[in-house]
Amino acid sequence: MEFNLSEEQVDIQKAAREFAQGEFDPDEASDYDRNGQFPLKILKKACHLGFIGMHFPNRYGGQDLGLLENILVVEEFCRQHSGIGVALGLSDFGSEMILRFGSEDQKKRYLPPIAKGERVSSLAYMEEDQTDGFSFFSTVAIRNGDGYLINGKKIFVVNGTLPGPMIVLCQLNKARSEDQVALIVEKNGDGPVLSMMGGQIGMRMVPMVSLTYNDIKVPQGNLIGNEGEGRSQFVTFLNEMRIEAAAMGVGIAQGAFDLALTYARQRVQFGQKIASFEAIRNKLADMVTRIEMARSLTYKAAWDLDRNGGNILLNYMAKMVSAETAFEVADDAVHIFGGYGYIVENQIEHFYRDARMVNVFGESGQTQRLLIADRIIGKI
Amino acid sequence: MNFDLTDEQKKVRDMARNFTTKVIAPRAKEMDRTGEYPYDIMAQMASLGMMGIPFPKEYGGGGGDWVSMHLCIEEISRGDVSLGALLDVTTSVAGNEIYSFGTEEQKQKWLIPLAQGKEIGAFGLTEPDAGSDTAALKTTAALEGEEWVINGSKQFITNTGLDNASIIIITAKTRVEQSGRTTISTLIVPKGTPGFTLGERYEKMAFHASATHEVFFDDCRIPKGYLLGDIYEGLAQHLSVLQTGRISVAAISTGLAQACLDEALTYTTKKYQFRQSLLESQTIPFKLADIAMMIELSRTIYLKAAWLKDQGRDYTLEAHFAKLFATETAKKIASDVLNMYGLFGCLEKYPISRYFKVAKLFEIVEGTSEMQRLVIARKLLG
Ligand SMILES: Cc1cc2nc3c(=O)[nH]c(=O)nc-3n(C[C@H](O)[C@H](O)[C@H](O)COP(=O)(O)OP(=O)(O)OC[C@H]3O[C@@H](n4cnc5c(N)ncnc54)[C@H](O)[C@@H]3O)c2cc1C
Ligand SMILES: Cc1cc2nc3c(=O)[nH]c(=O)nc-3n(C[C@H](O)[C@H](O)[C@H](O)COP(=O)(O)OP(=O)(O)OC[C@H]3O[C@@H](n4cnc5c(N)ncnc54)[C@H](O)[C@@H]3O)c2cc1C
Repeated sequence: MEFNLSEEQVDIQKAAREFAQGEFDPDEASDYDRNGQFPLKILKKACHLGFIGMHFPNRYGGQDLGLLENILVVEEFCRQHSGIGVALGLSDFGSEMILRFGSEDQKKRYLPPIAKGERVSSLAYMEEDQTDGFSFFSTVAIRNGDGYLINGKKIFVVNGTLPGPMIVLCQLNKARSEDQVALIVEKNGDGPVLSMMGGQIGMRMVPMVSLTYNDIKVPQGNLIGNEGEGRSQFVTFLNEMRIEAAAMGVGIAQGAFDLALTYARQRVQFGQKIASFEAIRNKLADMVTRIEMARSLTYKAAWDLDRNGGNILLNYMAKMVSAETAFEVADDAVHIFGGYGYIVENQIEHFYRDARMVNVFGESGQTQRLLIADRIIGKI
Repeated sequence: MNFDLTDEQKKVRDMARNFTTKVIAPRAKEMDRTGEYPYDIMAQMASLGMMGIPFPKEYGGGGGDWVSMHLCIEEISRGDVSLGALLDVTTSVAGNEIYSFGTEEQKQKWLIPLAQGKEIGAFGLTEPDAGSDTAALKTTAALEGEEWVINGSKQFITNTGLDNASIIIITAKTRVEQSGRTTISTLIVPKGTPGFTLGERYEKMAFHASATHEVFFDDCRIPKGYLLGDIYEGLAQHLSVLQTGRISVAAISTGLAQACLDEALTYTTKKYQFRQSLLESQTIPFKLADIAMMIELSRTIYLKAAWLKDQGRDYTLEAHFAKLFATETAKKIASDVLNMYGLFGCLEKYPISRYFKVAKLFEIVEGTSEMQRLVIARKLLG
């Protein structure tokens, strides 16, 4: 057993923390949040210092590091500001589909601009009235000359308005659920019809859109891997993504806790610092303990993925615990701020809203519980 | 024992429910989005007599009881909690305080228009350094001849930004006794008095249709006769009407929780027509069962508190139970229902996103959960 981060990991964590503290301006962040604007300027700086795509190989603009290093950065960013952190964390959303399964040509073409912040990736999988997980899509790709034609509609596509490659999961053969393909669609002139999903309570800097595909042509060269592999690629991607979402939860929780602790030490009521009241002390103790549990589980899941290729149970658990912790801790933090907590300028309420989004990202906790149960109980 | 509502109480509840369905619910989302204050809705509520339900007819009221008032607050809040809070502050707190402690002249002057809903009331207790610790206030009122001269500020004050808000009832330090103790009294300050100004409207997480502002008093002069009740008992008076306010916050939260359940039932049955299995399994249906149970318990305890008040009996414990239970469960319910929606619940176009953001507020206002527990524990331990 070895619970220490390596020296390099500690350095990365520290660098990310210092970057976030220096560059995430609270007032600017509130503006981005209020206006639903992507923090492109900050992304570019983060990319310049190598914080995005560090898990890509060197030759694709990365640093050959693992998921654990990647999530240390995501955690620190979310800790400093939940909204900016999540937006930066999701700026390479779906790129792992290309990284893990793409051709050499695709990797060379798509990954370096993402690591540089010139392009922001997206992945379109969710659909209206999805009935049973992601085993079947009503968006279809049909073979057409040297390529495919896509028809259908995807919703909740993050980064949908930003320039960059979009991976679309499609059904190749309507009848067979195994026959899914992942296709890379470029967002240029005659792409899919895009409409905003409308404002959301949290993660407001991340543009979310719905996309309608009417006979969208995709060249053969944009197929990721082989036909029929879409589903398994996506499942592998989600495993990695869940851990990243868990790290967002840990960071959000830690950030809300930091502010609440500082506030509780300063705020005086009844002639005492409120941190001297046991009701508040109990809350702070619970908060910090929950964060430590969530972080341990998340790091373990990331470590396991880097070392052994991942463990699905750990992934579900890490995401479930971290997302729920993020929300509970943010809730307690707002509470410790009292009425001040409800006012935007005090910079705590966004943790509450953003935490709630992390909760339903991927799957909600309820879904995760059932998935964990499926695994541990098996056939009965 | 009799758990039935009287015909009169049912009439009030049904009237408010009808009004909410027809008038408030269709407007709630837009009100919250734009932050525009719905004066036309307030006027209709006034003409239905909602602000005056528990006050005698001679003071412009409906001659009803506090049970009816709270049924009305619950139903209104089911459509929009900011209007529920408007009723709480105007009737249960400001109107109630003048009715309970005011002189005949004060009742004629201020209670009647409040009860008729022609004017809206506000109360100002909280200050930057006096939140839970209400006695730590710094605002002073000095008697100079025939006038009180007020200096200081109050923060987070509901209703103050409304054009039709007429008065704010505040607590202030009025004198220093020989012992060095300060006396806290309650004063009625009409809006528009020179030296009384409003700060910027707060940018809040939600609750945008409620007019919350900071208020400042800078050599603000009011006649001596605007002192409300006993000069020595200002804080006690104010806290006693806040007990009624706690029942009202419980009723608001119950209405909010009910709105969440209403949403959950329509949404789950609609959404899961494709996934019948979800309704036949246990995760969602058991959650719905818990939610319905918690709402019924919230409603029962706030009604008991209101009934005790109507009987003229002590309702301290019940008011605190109601406030604590109804607000904490409403927050949990909103969060659970949002979960059922999955990601859709986070979109502002669905009411549950609004319910979720606003539910947290009620655990904080009119005494945080900790203050409720403190009072309950003190009462138990003597
Ligand atoms: C930040 C963010 C980014 C996203 N990005 C994208 C993107 O880029 N592209 C994209 O396509 N999608 C994206 N999504 C969508 C996301 O994947 C969906 O929200 C999610 O898959 C829906 O799963 P759910 O379990 O929360 O909800 P649902 O599956 O809709 O379930 C709703 C409710 O039913 C319950 N439930 C589900 N199944 C069962 C069952 N079998 N038994 C009992 N109860 C059940 C759930 O627990 C939940 O309470 C994104 C979401 C977020 C928050
Ligand atoms: C939208 C809005 C509308 C409002 N409307 C009004 C209004 O109309 N009129 C008005 O007068 N006020 C109003 N308020 C103020 C509200 O009532 C106060 O915010 C509330 O009483 C808490 O005070 P505070 O914010 O100063 O928090 P604090 O008292 O500073 O509390 C901070 C935290 O410390 C805890 N705490 C404090 N003391 C103790 C203790 N002894 N033991 C354990 N824990 C403790 C609290 O529970 C809380 O968690 C409003 C507030 C908001 C946000």
